[in-house]
Amino acid sequence: MIEIKDLHKSYKMGSNVLHVLKGINFKVEEGELVAIMGSSGSGKSTLLNILGMLDGADSGEYTLDGVPIKNLSETKAAQYRNKFLGFIFQSFNLINYKSALENVALPLYYQKVPRKERQEKALKYLERVGLKPWADHLPSELSGGQKQRVAIARAMAAEPKVLLADEPTGALDSTTSYEVMDLIQKINDDGNTILVVTHEEDIAHMCKRIVHLKDGVIVEDKKIEQVRAEQYV
Amino acid sequence: MFNKDRWREIIEVLTTNVWRTIFTAFGVCWGIFILIVLLAAGKGLENGIKQDFGNIATNTMFMWTRATTKGYEGLPKGRRFEFKIDDVEALRDNVPNLRFISPRNQLGGFGGNNNVVRGIRTGAYNVYGDYPEIINQDPMAVTSGRFLNYNDIREKRKVAIIGQGVKNDLYDKDEDALGTYIKIQGVNFMVIGTYKKNNSGGGEEGQKEIFVPFTSFSQAFNRGEDVGWMAITANDGSSISRLKDKIVDVMKTRHKVHPEDTRAIGYFDLYEQYNRVESLFGALKGVAYIVGIMVLLSGIIGVSNIMLIVVKERTKEIGIRRALGEQPWSIKKQILMESIFLTLISGMVGIIFGSLVIFGINSLLDSVGPVDMFMSPSVSVGVVTGALTILMVSGLLAGFIPAQSAIRVRPIEALRTE
Repeated sequence: MIEIKDLHKSYKMGSNVLHVLKGINFKVEEGELVAIMGSSGSGKSTLLNILGMLDGADSGEYTLDGVPIKNLSETKAAQYRNKFLGFIFQSFNLINYKSALENVALPLYYQKVPRKERQEKALKYLERVGLKPWADHLPSELSGGQKQRVAIARAMAAEPKVLLADEPTGALDSTTSYEVMDLIQKINDDGNTILVVTHEEDIAHMCKRIVHLKDGVIVEDKKIEQVRAEQYV
Repeated sequence: MFNKDRWREIIEVLTTNVWRTIFTAFGVCWGIFILIVLLAAGKGLENGIKQDFGNIATNTMFMWTRATTKGYEGLPKGRRFEFKIDDVEALRDNVPNLRFISPRNQLGGFGGNNNVVRGIRTGAYNVYGDYPEIINQDPMAVTSGRFLNYNDIREKRKVAIIGQGVKNDLYDKDEDALGTYIKIQGVNFMVIGTYKKNNSGGGEEGQKEIFVPFTSFSQAFNRGEDVGWMAITANDGSSISRLKDKIVDVMKTRHKVHPEDTRAIGYFDLYEQYNRVESLFGALKGVAYIVGIMVLLSGIIGVSNIMLIVVKERTKEIGIRRALGEQPWSIKKQILMESIFLTLISGMVGIIFGSLVIFGINSLLDSVGPVDMFMSPSVSVGVVTGALTILMVSGLLAGFIPAQSAIRVRPIEALRTE
């Protein structure tokens, strides 16, 4: 599903050049649930940004579902993001003057799905994350866990190939974190490919594979026995 | 463009900070208000001044003779000469595009002695010997009876049309003037009509004139073939200012005036005067536009500023939208539409207020009666559509920089957790 070969990325900080990614090689198959771990400054967020087409790599290859991702115009990138990727952020990033339902329907709006169909689909995904009764609530009326679940529903609404989660539990207490991870695991059980960036050991162990990043290179890449989050809920 | 979601968003964005929106809108509103009111005031002044021209045929010149200042063909300088009645035919034959040529003779004039008598009443009036065409060049409303006609000319009838002012002087209030006789310098003329002039330029004087047939005038007052002066009007398509040299040349040849003698024939070009007034109002309008647009400009800059702030405030939201796959163009369109919408709405409010003020002034003028040099200020539909176009364009311009900065927002920067 995702294939990355010799990926390099550096940032210019004034006169210094900060080499963040120093040749990343890795592959994600369909249906995997991968945790990307590393301390801050290890380059995990940069990697996720490149995977999410929010940022370009300096060199190296990136193929997503057989499509080479290179030198995209902003318009094309927006199109691919919409079609291939669903984002889940640490700070939820819901649009705060839109109701939960409208937030979930947003990616569908950019796909030019007709209004009625959009609403139906959005409602379906809200139901799946267990928030159907909250459909008309504004984000400010929801708890952190609920917000993240709305964000997950939004990420899934466009039926993307890959879900990218950037510290999805970073802003949540542990109980809520496990709830969210439980949801992510269930979505993965349905066959969705998910990448989770985290620095929390227990969250990483709820995935099926852990990729360790340190100073811009992969130091460890292992398959693990998945810990189900259900048991903590 | 007209989908519901986009409009909902525009409204949402503009109503999140109502007071800010209102203050911003006020800038544009004020600008367009000033523009409209200035243009209307200019128009009012123009109407007022032009009213003084009345409906005189403005494409007209007046021409008279003076003493020559150069000797020519054996004739001495300082010679006096008169236009003759044949000159009219000569002009008609030699100069194309002339609509009316009226030879005129005149008795009386400013500060003249009493020259008209009726019973025991007397008065000093301008008495003109005229052809019927004069009513087209110096328009007047015939209030009773009729104006001169060609039978009067041919048969040299001693008939007269008198102004309202003359009638007021010589007749009792409810006396009928028609069919009565007045004595002009000892010669009896029958009154066959009365008139009223509505241009205020002539003022009181304009109502105190008497018109008699040109031929009867010549006979009664011993003018022979002489013509005192001429009023010449050109066809609508051609300007009298361009024809006047030709006219004067024809007269010079016929009266043996030296071709370079510029003082022998005097003339007054009404069209030129009128044009001068016209161009004055053109300039006035230009000033109104410049001032109005300058004021509007500061409003537009305000809108642009606010839109920049809005974009700044929504950086994160824009980042989220782009991460979710919104096209850059769609974001740009959103910002542009917000800006155009804001300018257009506030501009319309400005136009409405401007119109209300104009309406107020008009009804005030109506109630206090006519004011000197100012009459019914107004703006035309053309001006309003023009103003709306200016608004549309300026809204676009105001939104342009903010929209550009909105699509320059990089999603990662916007989404970076603080």
